[in-house]
Amino acid sequence: MKPTDTQPSAADAAPSGPSRRLFLAAGAAAGAGAFAAGATGVALDRAGAFRGSPTATDDAGTNGQRVVPFYGEHQAGVTARPGAFASFVALDLKRGVGRERLAAWMRLITDDAARLTQGRAALADVEPELAATPAGLTVTVGFGPGFVTRARRDKPEWLAPLPAFTIDKLLDEWSGGDALFLVAADEPGTVAHALRMLLKDSRLFATLRWRQDGFRRAYGSDPHGMTMRNMFGQVDGTASIRPGTADFDAAVWARPDAPAWLQGGTSFVLRRIAMDLDRWDAVDRVGRENTIGRRLDNGAPLTGTDEHDALDLDAVDAHSLPVISSVAHARRAHVADPAKSIVRLGYNYEERSAPGSEALSLTGLLFGAWQANVTEQFVPIQRSLDEADLLNVWTTPVGSAVFAIPPGCTEGEYLGQALLEG
Amino acid sequence: MFAMSRAALTAAKTPTLAALVAAIALTLAACSGGGGTSSDADSLTVTDAWAKAANSGMTAAFGEITNTSDHDITIVSAASSSATMVELHEVVDEVMRPVEGGFVVPAGGTLTLQPGGFHIMFMGITTPIAAGDEVQLSLTLGDDSQFTLTAVAKDFSGANESYDGDASMDPGDGMDMSADPSMSPSASMGG
Repeated sequence: MKPTDTQPSAADAAPSGPSRRLFLAAGAAAGAGAFAAGATGVALDRAGAFRGSPTATDDAGTNGQRVVPFYGEHQAGVTARPGAFASFVALDLKRGVGRERLAAWMRLITDDAARLTQGRAALADVEPELAATPAGLTVTVGFGPGFVTRARRDKPEWLAPLPAFTIDKLLDEWSGGDALFLVAADEPGTVAHALRMLLKDSRLFATLRWRQDGFRRAYGSDPHGMTMRNMFGQVDGTASIRPGTADFDAAVWARPDAPAWLQGGTSFVLRRIAMDLDRWDAVDRVGRENTIGRRLDNGAPLTGTDEHDALDLDAVDAHSLPVISSVAHARRAHVADPAKSIVRLGYNYEERSAPGSEALSLTGLLFGAWQANVTEQFVPIQRSLDEADLLNVWTTPVGSAVFAIPPGCTEGEYLGQALLEG
Repeated sequence: MFAMSRAALTAAKTPTLAALVAAIALTLAACSGGGGTSSDADSLTVTDAWAKAANSGMTAAFGEITNTSDHDITIVSAASSSATMVELHEVVDEVMRPVEGGFVVPAGGTLTLQPGGFHIMFMGITTPIAAGDEVQLSLTLGDDSQFTLTAVAKDFSGANESYDGDASMDPGDGMDMSADPSMSPSASMGG
């Protein structure tokens, strides 16, 4: 489960703008394609042509067969390369569902996840062909405060709604929940099918509270490991620690003071951040870069040249003003100690605006964060951003939920077993 | 430690007393030849066993039963503490009926029990079978040995074939295999 991929910086891969030569080549290819389509029907109309050196794309469907191991010490979705498409679903427990029935539910869900992530149909799967393309599918299960209460077990003190922040305009429809399914893969049909199986096996136990669908860069669009961009065009998540490092382990996995049932697990915060693209349109590039404290082209700090250069928070310009503004997002979110930082899991969302609305879209970021302790890690960062962050002018948290993420399991066990049987 | 996948995959082989006696007798008889014998139950394995959850009336169990021996094995009958009567059925022209002579699991082959095909029919459910419950099932084989298996109950909308043993064919009576109305998506997932 340890990613072995290298992490090329955005600077290596980011196009510096199409050259005139490439532009002409692309035009010629489009012309040739049109001619071929006219001559031979539609067979070649999707062929296209590559900018740069590659001559062949992955037309074999290889990535569709990619399998992320399900069993292990930790739930695989915490450390796996995030699927390009994700559905976050919160459920509320039905009345009368107690510890024993919660165990029955988790046995069903674990069995579904163990099969589907390996490209096998779930039991009683009436669309088994849809399970045959796992495309890196992961299913991650989380427990909200209500779940642990029903299990009649002690909660970590942070397993509760976050404290109120002044920037929040939270809506019930995007907040809270007794349980979480995070289903992610590089193929949206796979996500939809897996989620449907999970929900069919949940409807006796729980009702749907909210569902939030998000997307990252599609498989094959970027070099593997490249930091994603949000819909403001910003390289988003540069500072996030990568799995497979001691810093990641220190930031994410539950510490000895966490309840025994959570050892090997972590916590997950999901914040739905609305981004006002229509007003952001009015901000020029200098303003956009100063808002974050990073360059737009490659995500490098305004004090550096490469994406992963360290922020120089002391650097000043010719007027003795800080190069990275005192209220820039990167400064306000900066945490020096990895054990006090969070690990980001970001997905973009974009939905249609309300009929008759002046807004062209409802766009934003599903801001997910893994951390060992919400109170000690997530809350101080969010408090710093709440006090001052230029980005707050264009972003608004509209949803918020906190979940405990139980450890992984081995074959024959089920997710949450230590909570429900311990 | 409970293991659904393992429970579904593992089946205990418990020969009946008669089969044991017969086996011992055979073993004794064959003593000079040094050969042993194994019951039909020892030659069967089951994978992916599941049953449709139901509160009352009828339901069915499914799965894949594999015969590792070199001779056909017949499943003669079935029984479960979850139902007053259990029968071996097939579905023909969307109507299910008992299979005369039982199910045959071919030598070295697999019998697939699935909605719309061969299945093990439960009639007169004694206590509600809820999703996630484990249903115990005992199959009597041609040599009179017993093959027991565990099927996990799943919330399932299909397997509603009518039963030709039900003269009225009235879908509203107790022969309807559909589960508690509260399981319907509109009633329970609308939140």
